[in-house]
Amino acid sequence: MTGAAEDLRRTACGGSAHGGSAHGDSAHGDSAHGGSAHGDSAYGSLPRKEDARFIRGKGTFVDDIQLPGMLHGAILRSPLAHARIVSVDTTAAQAHPQVEAVITGQMLAERGLAWMPTLSRDVQAVLATDKVRFQGQEVAFVVARDRYSARDALELISVEYEPLPPVIDAERALDPGAPVIRDDLPGKADNHIFDWEAGDQQATDAVFAVADVVVAQDMLYPRVHPAPLETCGAVADLDPVTGKLTLWSTSQAPHAHRTMYALIAGLPEHKIRVISPDIGGGFGNKVPLYPGYLCAIAGTMLTGRPVKWVEDRSENLMSTSFARDYHMHGEIAATADGRILGLRATVLADHGAFNATAQPSKFPAGFFHIFTGSYDLQAAHCQVTAVYTTKAPGGVAYACSFRITEAVYLVERMVDLLARELGMDPAELRMKNLLRPEQFPYTGPTGWEYDSGDYPRALRLAMEMAGYDELRREQARLRERGEYIGIGLSFFTEGVGAGPRGQMDILGLGMADGADLRVYPTGKAVLGISVQTQGQGHETTFAQIVAQELGISPEDVEVVHGDTDRTPFGLGTYGSRSTPVSGAATAMVARRVRERARIVAAAMLEVAPADLEWAGRRWQVRGDPDQARSMAEIAMAAHSALELPDGVEGHLDASMVYNPPNLTFPFGAYICVVGVDPGTGEVTVRRFIAVDDCGVRINPMIVEGQVHGGLADGVGMALMQAIVYDENGNCLGGSFMDYLLPTSAECPSWELGTTVTPSPHHPLGAKGVGESATVGSPAAVVNAVLDAISPFGVRHADMPLTPANVWSAIQGRPQRTDLAVT
Amino acid sequence: MQVPAHVDYEKATSVEHALALLARFGPETRVLAGGHSLIPMMKLRLAQPGTLVDINGLSELSYITVTEGELRIGALTRHAQLLASAAAGAHFPILHDAEQVIADPVVRNWGTIGGSLCQADPSEDLSAAFAALQASMLIQGPAGSRIVPAREFHTGPYETVVASAELLAEIRIPVRPGGGSAYQKVGRRVGDWPVCAAGAAIWLSGDTITAAGIGLTAVGAPSFAAAEAEDFLRGAPATEASFRRAGQIAAEHCHPVSDQRGPADYKRHLASELTSRALAVALRRAQERELAGDQQPAQGEDERQGDGRVPGRGGVPGRGGAPGKGGAPGKGGPPGKERVQGKGRVPGKGQEPGKGRAGPRGA
Amino acid sequence: MQITVTVNGIPCTREVEPRLLLIHFLRDELGLTGSHWGCDTSNCGACVVWLDDTPVKSCTVLAAMADGRRVLTVEGLGRAGRLDPVQEGFAACHGLQCGFCTPGMMMTARWLLDHHPDPSAEQIRAALSGQICRCTGYENIVRSVLWASRHEAGQHGAGQHEAGQHEAAAPRAAGPGAGETRGALP
Repeated sequence: MTGAAEDLRRTACGGSAHGGSAHGDSAHGDSAHGGSAHGDSAYGSLPRKEDARFIRGKGTFVDDIQLPGMLHGAILRSPLAHARIVSVDTTAAQAHPQVEAVITGQMLAERGLAWMPTLSRDVQAVLATDKVRFQGQEVAFVVARDRYSARDALELISVEYEPLPPVIDAERALDPGAPVIRDDLPGKADNHIFDWEAGDQQATDAVFAVADVVVAQDMLYPRVHPAPLETCGAVADLDPVTGKLTLWSTSQAPHAHRTMYALIAGLPEHKIRVISPDIGGGFGNKVPLYPGYLCAIAGTMLTGRPVKWVEDRSENLMSTSFARDYHMHGEIAATADGRILGLRATVLADHGAFNATAQPSKFPAGFFHIFTGSYDLQAAHCQVTAVYTTKAPGGVAYACSFRITEAVYLVERMVDLLARELGMDPAELRMKNLLRPEQFPYTGPTGWEYDSGDYPRALRLAMEMAGYDELRREQARLRERGEYIGIGLSFFTEGVGAGPRGQMDILGLGMADGADLRVYPTGKAVLGISVQTQGQGHETTFAQIVAQELGISPEDVEVVHGDTDRTPFGLGTYGSRSTPVSGAATAMVARRVRERARIVAAAMLEVAPADLEWAGRRWQVRGDPDQARSMAEIAMAAHSALELPDGVEGHLDASMVYNPPNLTFPFGAYICVVGVDPGTGEVTVRRFIAVDDCGVRINPMIVEGQVHGGLADGVGMALMQAIVYDENGNCLGGSFMDYLLPTSAECPSWELGTTVTPSPHHPLGAKGVGESATVGSPAAVVNAVLDAISPFGVRHADMPLTPANVWSAIQGRPQRTDLAVT
Repeated sequence: MQVPAHVDYEKATSVEHALALLARFGPETRVLAGGHSLIPMMKLRLAQPGTLVDINGLSELSYITVTEGELRIGALTRHAQLLASAAAGAHFPILHDAEQVIADPVVRNWGTIGGSLCQADPSEDLSAAFAALQASMLIQGPAGSRIVPAREFHTGPYETVVASAELLAEIRIPVRPGGGSAYQKVGRRVGDWPVCAAGAAIWLSGDTITAAGIGLTAVGAPSFAAAEAEDFLRGAPATEASFRRAGQIAAEHCHPVSDQRGPADYKRHLASELTSRALAVALRRAQERELAGDQQPAQGEDERQGDGRVPGRGGVPGRGGAPGKGGAPGKGGPPGKERVQGKGRVPGKGQEPGKGRAGPRGA
Repeated sequence: MQITVTVNGIPCTREVEPRLLLIHFLRDELGLTGSHWGCDTSNCGACVVWLDDTPVKSCTVLAAMADGRRVLTVEGLGRAGRLDPVQEGFAACHGLQCGFCTPGMMMTARWLLDHHPDPSAEQIRAALSGQICRCTGYENIVRSVLWASRHEAGQHGAGQHEAGQHEAAAPRAAGPGAGETRGALP
C-alpha cells in the first residue's frame, strides 16, 4: 500500500503551477541520514495513519467523550477588568433543579485550591476570591446535569463588584500611582514583573558609537491568540472506590500536567491519569493549566461523578493564553555600505494579570535574545521589562518558539528599515550580511550556538523561485501606472527542540523526553513517546523513524502517545520540539533495540556479534548474505528458549531518555508579494514563496503541511488578527466576528522550496519545523505591504495592517494597534 | 459554544397561520426564517424571545419573479437563491455584487433576504442595495397588506416598520429599461460586515444621467441612501468628475462612527471612494447593456423555488467584490458590539435583548 | 417537543427542547460526534452538515427546524463501506492535520462537486471561505478537493447520498478510547 499510495499522492496532488511538492536544489532531501544505506527507505511522503479515523468523523476529541452519569460544568466570568468582589450569592443557582453543585472561590480557598502556580512561578486564581483582575476571569463554577442547564444557572449567580480602575495601556502600567493589580502578592506595590537582559551592552554601545548609520524604530507585535479550532476542555472522573483520577484534557503536555495536578491538588501522582485524546490543534494554547481543568477536578471530587467542562470560543479568546504583546524598540547600526554591525532592543512585555507564560525557567523572556537573527553581527544587547495589566494572562503561545516570533519580526523589520535608509535592495542587504556556511557552528553575540546552515543558498533559491528581479521590474512598471505591488522578504533562524535539561526546565521539570519501544514476538513494534500530537502526524512520522531503524514496515509500528499511564515522562509538544527531542529519542531507542537484536541474531547464527553487519533490513554475516536474520525472526527468537549470551536479557524492549545537547536551528527564506489598493487600503496577498531548511525530512508531505499552516498564520497576523481592549478593559476580540482569522480566500497558493542542511548533533540530522513558518512569515507580509506603499512616504506601520491602518498610514497617520480605535 | 435560553416554538403552515400566531403570542414573539441573524443573538442571549414562529415551511414566500414591471423577491428567498437568480443578475447586477460579499457561501444557503432586512443591522448590505434601487417592501398584517418604500422601512438601528404582528412578505424593484448598477464593499476579511459599502444604480439618456440611486451602509447614511448626491447626479454628465463629486457629497451627508473597523475619517473617505467607484462600474454596465441592445423587462420570468426547501443549486461564488480594484475583493468587516460592565454573565454581551449584532448575516 | 429528523438515511424521533441546536442534537442526542463546533458566532464552519440538500452551519439551526427534513453528516458520506472520493482525496493529499475542521470541509466539498464537478482552485477556495482551518493553510485542502474531482469516475452524483445507501446513525459514543484508531484506507 505504501508505494502505491505514495505514487498516487505524488502524481495527483501536485496542483499548483509552481510545482506542488518541494521544488529545491537538494536531491537528497528525502533520504535517511546515516543509518541504512540500502533498500527502500521508510522516509518519504507516506500518507498518514491517523487520517483513517478523522476522515470518517471517528476522532475522539474531549467534547466527544460521554461517560455514564456525566455532569456538565460552566464558568461564571467577570464582566469587569478590575474590581473587588464584595459578595457572591449562589443560592438561586443551587436551587435550579438540574444543578448538582456550585463552586466558589471561597469554597476552593477552604481547601487550599483557590490559587494555583503558573508555569512562570507566579500564582493564578482558579476562582477569584478577593478581586477580579481581567474581564473574563473565572469567578464561580456550576455543575449541572446538561450543558444547557449549566449555562442557564450562570445567570442565577449574583456577584456584587466594586469597580476599580483598569490598567490597559502597558506603557502606563509602571506610571507612579498606577493601580496595583497584584496586591495579592505580599508587599507588591507596582505592576512590575521582571527585568531581563542578554548580550553585551558595553560592546554594543561601542559599536553603535562608531557606526555610519543607525536606524531606530518602535514597533508592536500585537496581542494575538492561537485560537485552535477546538477550544480547551476536560472531563474529570474521580473513581470513588480506587481514588484514581482520570482526566481527559486538551493538553499538549500530559505528563507535566499530571505532576502539577499532584502538587496542586494534593493527589498522589500515581493515582492520576491524564489522557490527551485527539486534540483539535494546540499551537501553544493548550500548554498551560487552566482554571477550568481544576474546576472540573473539584467538581468530580465534590459530586463523585464525571464532570465535563469545555469552554466557549469567547472564553478561549478572553481567558486562555494569548500570545506576543511585545512593545519593542529596535536599533540597528551599520556601515555606509551596508555591513550590519550591531543590534539593540528594549522591550516592554505585557503579560496580563498573572505571569503565566510557558517557557524554560531560566529564560523569562523566552528565546527573544536570538533577535540577532541570521546575520553576522559584532555585538548585540537586549533588555526586556515585563508588566502586569488587567488583561488575560499569557504571552508565550501561538507557535512562537518561546518568543522567537517576536525576535525575528524585530530583526527582519530593522533590516528592511536599514535597506530603506541606505537605498539598498533588501535582498541584497541580506545577502551581504547573512552568516556564511563556513561560520557554522556559529556562536552569536547573545550566546546561541547555531548548529548548521547554508543561508545564502536558501535565499538564492527563494529569489529564483520568486523571479525576484522580474518582480522588481514589474513593480516599477506598475508604479508608473499608479498601481502598487510590494515585495517583502524575511530570513529567519529558529531555535527549537528544547533541552538540554541542564539549561532548560519548566517549573523545575527538565526538558528531556523519553521513548520506549517494545517489539512483540511476531516482529510488530509499539513505541511509547511523551510528546503529544495535535495534528502534526506523530503516529506516522515516528512509525517511520522506528521502521527505518529496524528495517520493518511503518505499518508494523504502533505509536502510543497522550496517555500518562502508557507512555514515558516528557515535557510535551510545543516549541517544535517533537522531532528534535522525541524524534531523537525514538531513533536512539530503536538503535538500542537493533543492537540487542544483533546479539540475538549472533546467537541464532552462532557467530560473534562483531561478525554481523546491518544490511538495511537484516543482520547478516559480513560478506555472506545467505547468513542473515530479519527483525521479525530475531524478535521471535528473543522470546524463545534460545540461550542468550551476556548483554541481552531477553526480549527486544528498550527505553531511553534523550537529553538534547543543544537546540536545532532550522531556517528559511521567505518572499511575499502583495497588491495594495491605496484608495481603500486593502491588501491582497498574491504570492508567497517559502524556502525552508529543517535538516533531514522524515516525511516531506507532513513537513510541507506544517509550513503551509504557519504561512497562513503570517497572513492573518500581518493583516487582520489582534486582541484589543478598550479603555474600560472590555475585550474587543472575544469572538470570531471580532478576532478575524484568515480563510481560504485570503491565502494564496503557497510555493514551497527546500534545502537540506542536516543538524550535526541530531541522531537523524533532523531539526524541528512546526513553528518555522509562523516565525518567519509575518515580517515577509509586513515588509511587502510597506514596500508597496513606500512611495507614499510610509516608513513603518504596525500589525495588523487592516485596510483602515494601511490607508491611515498612507495619510501619514498609522494606527496604534494595541489600543481601541478612537 | 453558547446556547439560547428557553423559548417556545410554533411552526407556521401558511402566511395566515403565521400572522395568527404572531398576534396570539404577542410582542415577545419573533419570526424565525433562516435564523442566521436571530439564532446567534439568542445564543449570546442578546435576544430572548418568548416564542418563535418558524416560517421556513412557507414556500409561497420563496420566489423571484418579474411581474408587472417589477422584480419581486419573496422574503423567504435565501441569499444563495438571489445570487443564483439569472433574472435578478440580469436586471440588477448590484444584487449579485452585494450577495457575493454577504456572509459566506454556507450562511447564504440558509439566511433569507427578509430576515436580513428585518434584522436591520446598520451595516446590512441589502439595505443599501435596495435603497439604491428605490425598492419597496410588501408587509402582510392582520388588516391586509401595505407597501412601504425601502427608504422608509428602517426606523433606526435594528428597528423597522414591521410591527410585531406583521410579516415582511416581498421586496419589489421597478424594472426600467437600460441602466446599470453595481456594489462596492470594503471589509477586513471575507464574510464579515462592511467597513463601508456603496451601491449605485444609474439610468442615462445619451451621456446624461437621468436617474440615480445611491445606497450606503455602515456609515450612518440616512435611510441607507445618499439623497443629496442623487440630486446632484440627476441631469449631470456621466463622467468621472461627476462621480467624484457625487462621492464627496455622499460622504458629507453620512455619519460614520469610529470602531475597530476603522476611524470615522477613513469610513467617510470610503463613502466617497466607493460611491464613485460603484457609479463608474454602473456606468460601464449601462453602456454595455446599450451596446448589447436594450432589454425590455421580461414579463413572466419566474423562478419559483418549489416547496421552500433549500435549493440544490447555488451559484458558486467568485471572489466577490467588483472588478477594477487593486485590492482584495469581497472582504468583510465588523466586530460585534462593544461590551458593557456590571452584568453577572459571560462578558461580551451587554446589549439589550432584541438589539445588537451577534452573528453572520441573513436571518 | 417531538421531532423526527432523517439523519444519514435513518429517521430519528426524539423529544427535544425547542432551543436545542442541531449540532447538539446530532452530537449529544444521536452520538454522531463527527461534526464539531468551534465558535459562538457562526464563523468557523466546523459544524457544517447538509440540511436537505445543502450545507448549513448546524450551530445556527435549531433541531426543531430540521423536523421533517433530512440531514447528512460525515458519518453518512461514502457508500456501503466505501469511502467517498472526497474522503479519499483528503487522505491522499494531506488535507487534514488535527482533523477538527475536516468533516465540515468535506461536507461542503462534496456539495460543491455534486454541483460543479470540475471546479477551479479559485472556486474551491471561495466555496470553503466560510470555514476556518488553523492547521493546513488551506493549500492541501484545495488539492484534496481537486483530487476528488478527478477521481469521481463511477461514483459521480448526489444519488449516492440518498437514504438507505449509507451508514446508519451510529450509536452513542461509548466513552474513553471510543473511535477507531486503526484501519488503513481501502
